[in-house]
Order: sequence, then C-alpha cells, then structure tokens
Amino acid sequence: MRRIISLLLENESGALSRVAGLFSARGYNIESLTVAPTEDPSLSRMTIVTRGTDNIIEQITKQLNKLVDVVKLIDLTEGQHIERELLLVKVVASGNDQREEVKRLVDIFRGRIIDVTDSTYTLEMTGNGDKVDAFIQALGQVDIIEVVRSGVSGIGRGKRALSV
Amino acid sequence: MQLTGADIVVRCLQDEGIDYIFGYPGGAALHIYDALYKQDKVKHILVRHEQGATHAADGYARATGKAGVVLVTSGPGVTNTITGIATAYMDSVPMVVLTAQVPSHLIGDDAFQEVDTVGITRPCVKHNFLVSDVNRLAETMKRAFYIAESGRPGPVVVDIPKDITAAMAEYHYPEVVDMRSYQPRTRGHAKQIKRGLELLTQAKKPIIYTGGGVVLGDAAEPLRKLTGKLDFPVTSTLMGLGAVPHDDPSFLGMLGMHGTYEANMAMHGCDVMFAIGARFDDRVTGELSKFAPGARIIQIDIDPSSIGKNVPVEVPIVGDCGQVLEQMLEHLDGYLEKIDRPAVDAWWEQVDRWRAVRSLDYKPQEDKIVPQLVVQRLMEITGGNAYVASDVGQHQMWAAQYYGFNRPRRWINSGGLGTMGFGLPAAMGIQLAFPEETVICITGDASIQMCLQELSTCLQYGLPVKVINLNNQYMGMVRQWQEFFYDRRYSHSYMDALPDFVKLTEAYGHVGMRVEDPAELDDTLEKAFALKDRLVFVDVITDPTVNVYPMIAAGKGHNEMELHPGQGEVQERELA
Repeated sequence: MRRIISLLLENESGALSRVAGLFSARGYNIESLTVAPTEDPSLSRMTIVTRGTDNIIEQITKQLNKLVDVVKLIDLTEGQHIERELLLVKVVASGNDQREEVKRLVDIFRGRIIDVTDSTYTLEMTGNGDKVDAFIQALGQVDIIEVVRSGVSGIGRGKRALSV
Repeated sequence: MQLTGADIVVRCLQDEGIDYIFGYPGGAALHIYDALYKQDKVKHILVRHEQGATHAADGYARATGKAGVVLVTSGPGVTNTITGIATAYMDSVPMVVLTAQVPSHLIGDDAFQEVDTVGITRPCVKHNFLVSDVNRLAETMKRAFYIAESGRPGPVVVDIPKDITAAMAEYHYPEVVDMRSYQPRTRGHAKQIKRGLELLTQAKKPIIYTGGGVVLGDAAEPLRKLTGKLDFPVTSTLMGLGAVPHDDPSFLGMLGMHGTYEANMAMHGCDVMFAIGARFDDRVTGELSKFAPGARIIQIDIDPSSIGKNVPVEVPIVGDCGQVLEQMLEHLDGYLEKIDRPAVDAWWEQVDRWRAVRSLDYKPQEDKIVPQLVVQRLMEITGGNAYVASDVGQHQMWAAQYYGFNRPRRWINSGGLGTMGFGLPAAMGIQLAFPEETVICITGDASIQMCLQELSTCLQYGLPVKVINLNNQYMGMVRQWQEFFYDRRYSHSYMDALPDFVKLTEAYGHVGMRVEDPAELDDTLEKAFALKDRLVFVDVITDPTVNVYPMIAAGKGHNEMELHPGQGEVQERELA
C-alpha cells in the first residue's frame, strides 16, 4: 500500500543520508522524498512516499524512529491528510492553436504559465500525485521538453499536527 | 580553562572513567597521541592492526558492560576498523571509536589518507559524528558514550579533523545528556506486562527463549528468579549463554541450527513462547514458515524494531530486559496459581524424553583427538569459570555446546556478523579488564591466522591468554557444508601450507605446545594452564572429519534436526 510518512529530524549534516541509506540498506522502496528546514532552523521536515505491506511499513517506521537524528514521525496515511506536489513543465508552444490549447489545459487544471518564449511555455501546477499525473497525461498531444516534480509534501487535516 | 582539542579528547576519556583505549597512531591522530603521552590515567594499548583494536575494545566491552574505546588515524586506519565496528553493531556492543580525520579545509579534496569516515561507517554504527567545531567537541564525546551505552547498545564513531585537535576551547564535560531525538525507553508498559503474565501463566506447553539482551541488560538475576518460580523450560541463543547456568535443571541448552534436540523440539511444540532479549535470527528460527506453529508469543526487547520483525508477536513489551523482568516479578505471585501444573508437568515429561536422546553425546577416539573432548576438558580444568572468547566456525559451536557457562559475560563470540579473527584480540581486551582471571581463546587454524599479529600485542602488555587452536587443517564449517550440501567437493576449504604454530608462537616470544595424542591431551592442557603468567598457544591436532551435530539444515524446521549418525536409533528407542 502507498504510504506517506512525515518526519521531523535534526537539521544536522548527514541526516538525509541516514534516512536514504536506511531505505537502500534494508531494501525498502522510496517513491519520493522531500526535505527542507522548518520554522525552527534546527529541525528539518521530511516527507517520504513509500509502498509496502503493513509489516514492511511497520518496520520502516520503527527503523526510522530508531535513527538518532529522528525526533518525531507520523504516518499521514493513517488519518485524514492533504498532500501536494509541485509540477514544473516546459512544453513546445508554437503557433496560435497550440498556444491556446496549452492555455486552456492550464486553466482547467488551475495551473499557471510562469515563463514564455516564442516557442515554449513553462507551466506550474500543484496538486496531489493523481492530479499531477492527470495533467501530464492531458498534455499528451503537446511536446513536453522537460518535467520537474517536487515529490509529495503532506500535512494532517484538522488539529492533527507533527511538531515538537 | 582553555585546552586544545586533543587535550579535550583525552580529558573527556578521563572524566568518562576510561582506563584503557585500543589504538594505532598516524598522521591525523598525532595531536591526540601527543596529548595521551602527557598523562597516565588513560592507558593506551598499541595493537598491531586496527581491526585488532576494535575487537579488543569489543571483548573488553562485552566482559565489563562498559563501552570499549578505540583510537585510530584517518584513511586506512578507519577502513581497517570497519569489520570490528560491524561486528560490534551486529551484537549490540557499546563502543566509541575515535577516528582522526584530515584537516577540515582538506575534507573532500582526496587528501592523503582521507576517507569519508562518516559515510563509510554509517550503515554499521548506531550513530556517528563529524566534529566541525572544537567548542562542541566535549559535548559530542559525552553524547557518543551516552548513545553507545544506553538503549540498545552499539558502536558510535566520532570523526575529528586534525585542525580541531589543535584548536583551543574552554573545557567543560557535561554531566548529563538530553537529546530530544533520542530517549530510549527502559521501563515496560504496565498493561503489557500484565498481559504478558496473563498469557504466560495460561501456557500448557511453555518455553522461555532468552537471548543476548539478557546479558546486555544485566537481566540474569531477575531471570533466574522468574524461572525459579515458574519452573518452565528455558533455552538460550548463542548470544545469551551463561545467563541461565548450564546445569540449571530447567535449562535445555542452546537452540537453533546447532542447538540441542530438546531445545528445538520444545520450541517447535510449545503453545506459549516467552522471548526475552532475543531477536528471532535466521540461525535460531530455521525455516520461518515451519517455526513454532502453535506458539503465542510474548517478546521483551529494548528495540521496538526487533519486535515482530520476523515472527508475529501477540504481546510486545518494549523495555530493558532487566527492568521489565523486575517489573514482572513484582506481579508474578498473583499469577502463579493460574498455572495448569498437571499440563506443565506432562510437558516436562515430553521434554525429558527429548532430553533422553542426549543429542550432544559424542564418541571419543583412541588415536585421534575429537574437538568436543578438548572443550569439555577445558571446562573441567578451569572449573567452568574462565572467560571464553572464540573465533568463528566449528570450534565456536563446540565451545558453545560443551563449555558449560554458568555466568553471563563469560562467553564472548561474534554471533551476528560471524567474524573470523575476532577471538584473539577479544581475549586480549578481556584479559586487560580482568588480569587475574583465566581467559581462553578457543580458535581454529583458519580463524587464528586472521588476527594472529596480536600475539605481539599480548607480549608487549603481558597478557597471559590461553589460545587453544583446534587444528583440523580445514575451514571446518565450510568443509562440513561442502560435505553435506556440495557432494564433498571441498572447494578451497583445505590449507595444505599451515605454519608451524609452535615455532610461530615462540617467535612472538610466547610458549607454544602441540598435542596430537588423546592420551597426552590432559597433561598438555594442565601444563598450559599452570603457566599463569604466560601466553600459551596449544596447537591441538584434531580429527579433521568431525562434524558439528545436531544440525538443522537450511530450509528445515526445528523438528527436523539431524542428530549424530547413529543417534537416531537411540532416539527411536527412547521415544518408543
């Protein structure tokens, strides 16, 4: 099953490699991993999307908790949550028809055109993983030059929070 | 007072109460070595190879329960420690490894003797640090010791660039450590403890399965009280031997691949299993799908990730084995009357029938020394009171099977990683910690050659270890597997150019003895042990064809043991 695990860890050099190393050493799969400092510069927040049976997910959370740098951890998918991913995509946009078509698609998916040349558009869109997938698929007839996905970030709904 | 980083390192060791460190100098470590030279509180043991330093510190730690300390230089000094660090990591041994590093401004420059120490050690340490500010050096050292010794113990590496050891800072060694990200839980959850007692006392066919956590958690005392009151059968993993005395009537011996018949059959047939500080390793469980099919399991472990990792657990209890057992003892009396004694008595009768198979019996020979006899004689000569370090292979299994351990921390071997070369340096560390005690290194002709150079260290520091080399000219365990599973194709498991171990030992300045005739075994061993102040290396030429029995082959369950050839008939007779 797909799971989104969020963790707070000490913002120390090497903390990221400890997490990444754990996944490769134990053969767990990482679909995406994002990390950045929080409002407290001594803490980083990491979001990991992974897949596995319940047993494997349990081992992943236990092994992550065991890392000395990890302060706190939750499995967002255990409750109501919101996930978002940022997509940047550069497409060929030449000729009026094509430029109009791309603009329409961007509107439908509530994205934005953030850079323009005479032959390209650079687009920005946020949403959950499914929406990003759907948008990329919808761009199908357009020539895609470059796709950049941030990986998933997530947060619990309501009062549920991961903080120290 | 302002001190250099090097002086801070040494002051930290003093304030931590460290008496011995094991190390080897080199360029990046020179400031620290200079600081060591100027004091005499922390004694430095100069090894002959950095791997020896790690195993010696490891042996010291296993025997004393305190962190062992290693000091090495950068680059090859570090890479040589990796095997020893991984060995300690797999067996949860507290160790602090201080590694010198090239100066900060050269890091990442492919400088002379530079390796990415933090990167290279990361998968085999509990934690590691790269010190980037001399003002945080003392605090980092304190954290290293705290992390190494608390929770599930393990090795911690502190990598210290050379410029940090020259820089000045105010020295203050913190008394306590408070880390928001690391707060190991030691007390068991009260509700889980009651659930555990509830299930345990419902058992009709119970088994208590203890592991290395009982030794690490100093839980032998509460365990003895608990088993005394319960009168349930107890078995132990390789790592837990000694926590329950071998002659305790409830003790069934070791379980697992080369465990006793009764221990493995009882594991297979039990209805409730109480695992204490044991992690269901593959050498213990055999084929998982056949493991203890009827068992409901209670498990105590300080590491939550060890619980339910390989086998589903009904009552998990996270905590220190010693503390949790004490907590259980507080409530045990109220539960004792719930035990179905007639059922447990019937179970004991069954267990005793398995015991009657006498799966460890072996036949001595007239013309050749059989290795089991050597270990048995060692036990008798030392009254079962020696510290026994071993290497890895057949001799390790025979040591575990035939030297009856009656106290924890006396049996010291590399169980998890299975590191050949561990024995001699580990024995060295133990002998330093306990200079008055008898320390034996049971080894084999292949293993001993992997860290043989430490004989020189033993001479320098006058360490009278007794090395018992069970010499069968083979890598015996490899040969055994090739005999059983590879149609006797003995691919590269025979050494036909062994050194003359007696002369070699003499060249190192020690006493060497050789014995080949079973009639002379006792005399030779007694002579060796009579030389109290000397290291004696006894080269015991043994029958090369002897295999380790009983055995669970790969893919088999606990109830599918192979006994010594010929023992099957005994089994059938006894079970009829």
